[in-house]
Amino acid sequence: MTTDDPIHTLSEAVNQAMDIAMAEDPDVFALGEDIEDPIGGVMKGTKGLSTKYGRERVRNTPISEQAIVGAAIGASLVGMRPIAEVMLMDFFAVAMDQVANHAAKLRYMSGGRTNVPITIRTSVGGGRQFGAQHSQSLEAWMMHIPGLKVAVPSTPRDAKGLLYSCIFDDDPCIFMETMSLLFTRGPVPPGRFEIPLGVADVKRAGDDVSVVTWGWQVPEALAAAETLADEGISVEVVDLRTLVPLDRDAILRSVAKTTRAVVVHAATQFAGPGAEIASLVGHELFGRLSAPVERMGAAYSPVPYAAELESLHYPERKRIAATIRAMA
Amino acid sequence: MTVSTTQPVGSGGSNEGLTDDAALRIFRTVTTIRSTEDRIIRGLSSGELRMTYYTVRGQEVIPAAICEHLRRDDYMVTTYRGMHDCIAKGVPLDELVAEMCGKVTGTSKGKGGPMHLSDPQSGLMVTTGVVGGGLPIAVGLALSSKLRGTDQVTVVNFGDGATSIGATHEACNLAALWEVPVVFVCQNNQYGEHTKFADYTRSPSLAERFRGYGMEARTVDGNSVPAMHEAAAEAIGAARSGSGPVFLECLTYRLGGHSFGATTEYMDPDELSQAEANEPVGRYRRWLVDQRGIGEDVLADIEAAVVSSVEAAVEAAKASPPPAPEELLTDVFSSVEALPR
Ligand SMILES: Cc1ncc(C[n+]2csc(CCOP(=O)(O)OP(=O)(O)O)c2C)c(N)n1
Ligand SMILES: [Mg+2]
Repeated sequence: MTTDDPIHTLSEAVNQAMDIAMAEDPDVFALGEDIEDPIGGVMKGTKGLSTKYGRERVRNTPISEQAIVGAAIGASLVGMRPIAEVMLMDFFAVAMDQVANHAAKLRYMSGGRTNVPITIRTSVGGGRQFGAQHSQSLEAWMMHIPGLKVAVPSTPRDAKGLLYSCIFDDDPCIFMETMSLLFTRGPVPPGRFEIPLGVADVKRAGDDVSVVTWGWQVPEALAAAETLADEGISVEVVDLRTLVPLDRDAILRSVAKTTRAVVVHAATQFAGPGAEIASLVGHELFGRLSAPVERMGAAYSPVPYAAELESLHYPERKRIAATIRAMA
Repeated sequence: MTVSTTQPVGSGGSNEGLTDDAALRIFRTVTTIRSTEDRIIRGLSSGELRMTYYTVRGQEVIPAAICEHLRRDDYMVTTYRGMHDCIAKGVPLDELVAEMCGKVTGTSKGKGGPMHLSDPQSGLMVTTGVVGGGLPIAVGLALSSKLRGTDQVTVVNFGDGATSIGATHEACNLAALWEVPVVFVCQNNQYGEHTKFADYTRSPSLAERFRGYGMEARTVDGNSVPAMHEAAAEAIGAARSGSGPVFLECLTYRLGGHSFGATTEYMDPDELSQAEANEPVGRYRRWLVDQRGIGEDVLADIEAAVVSSVEAAVEAAKASPPPAPEELLTDVFSSVEALPR
């Protein structure tokens, strides 16, 4: 990463990826609730794009998630590359028939004669006292449907590169924008910039314990690693960046080195993505681990409203540090 | 006020059923709603309180008039923008405010928050944060009354924007088919989040569209107490007497941004200031004095009493502790034994 890249927020990086994709390819268009200017998306992801590309290509919709996703699927079947926005990941519940029974399966059901190159952008809440219906990290739900790709960037740079790849990927991609990271800043390469799907990134190198994580929990893990460095514990933080495809090699490479792994995610721990990763590590590195693989995910409860409960619901840096300390 | 193109029914008309007692109860309710909102906004602005708050300013009259015709055992379903509905249905103010502040004395022990108020004792069964999510549930509540042979009515409140989502249409069709006692109260405040009514539908009238499901549907001036009172009497009366669902499109105007702190840049400032000048609580107060001859002192007494009860509710909420850590894992299932370990 060159340090002289201009600094942008994650939301601006998302905007750049769409801007470049729309400039390059007239088949790219966007649809969703309140995405036109002056609002430009409630999280500002599409700010300026309807002004630049017109309201034909950046289209406001009624509050109709099924129709948003379904219309994106339809246009994609004949080669367009729609970017649908579902305002919050919780509202996938409303669109799930189109997502799970159609987008994910049409390529297979048609024996490869059709495909669905859509991208669904969605904000993921959590930690903001938005309550049980506006705070869910539902990546495990997406991962469980064969046929969907899932990207969860943790930095502005990754957001730009991954979104660009999602838009031009030939399969349906779910692009999760973590709300609490949307306005964090970081260097973003200017112009066309791509990060292939399925390639993890080591955000911090270390020798003693590997933290395998993504999205919201990446900065939490990095903060825990920083604290532990002062105590002489060296932590490696592996940011998966995409969950499907899953970068098995990166996970195994890191854990083979450290021999200890913690998987951390904001999704519910029970039957969460961590189970898949722990099973992978346990199976492939059987006999070489110095400790059982630890998993840290959200508690088995709807997301509580009261701040005092919500902070107990999700993993956070102090408890991540405590878990690592106990196994190192 | 700019509204959709259909004419409100009974707008501003006199109302025989509206006794002085009823008129004053409604006044107390709208005043309570307004004072609570004002107090919350003040607390949010100063940093004294913290919550996501969806303004109900401008929509007070709708539930205040409706609830005049409801019993405690009638059911209500509402949305995140539902504080006015909760107050009108009789949710105790202390518990309501405490819930919005995430405190253990709240209706849900602080676990639900402002978007998820419920208080079965006063018939407030569900508050949903998902647009359209409440309507199918309301059909089921109404079905229970039909199956059990009671004469309870269910009222479900939702925004104009919710008429764009599938759940709403499935629910309305089913309710009409089954002739269940539900009143669909569409609070048409002219905006779905940041999008104006005319920018998300070509239907000139929601009442007209929903009449197509084979139920009674009418448009009413939701900011007029006499009009709302009369329309609600008819709708609730019809549902209670077994003639099936009714759809009420209540025309109103959201007097502010979508939520506290949200932009209003997309709202027409002239239209907004005109609507504010004609806001329904002040309009009703003037009507009581000018048309009904109610004494200024009577109204002032009610207002003073309301203000102190609102202040007491806020103070009680502030003094209440947050839920204890153990509450994280209770209420997931009927028993904690069922939790995965
Ligand atoms: C299914 C779903 N999609 C999107 C949202 C985000 N959202 C919250 S409120 C709102 C606008 C709803 O408008 P309307 O139904 O008119 O109700 P109002 O807010 O005006 O009371 C939107 C889009 C949501 N809560 N649920
Ligand atoms: Mg509305």
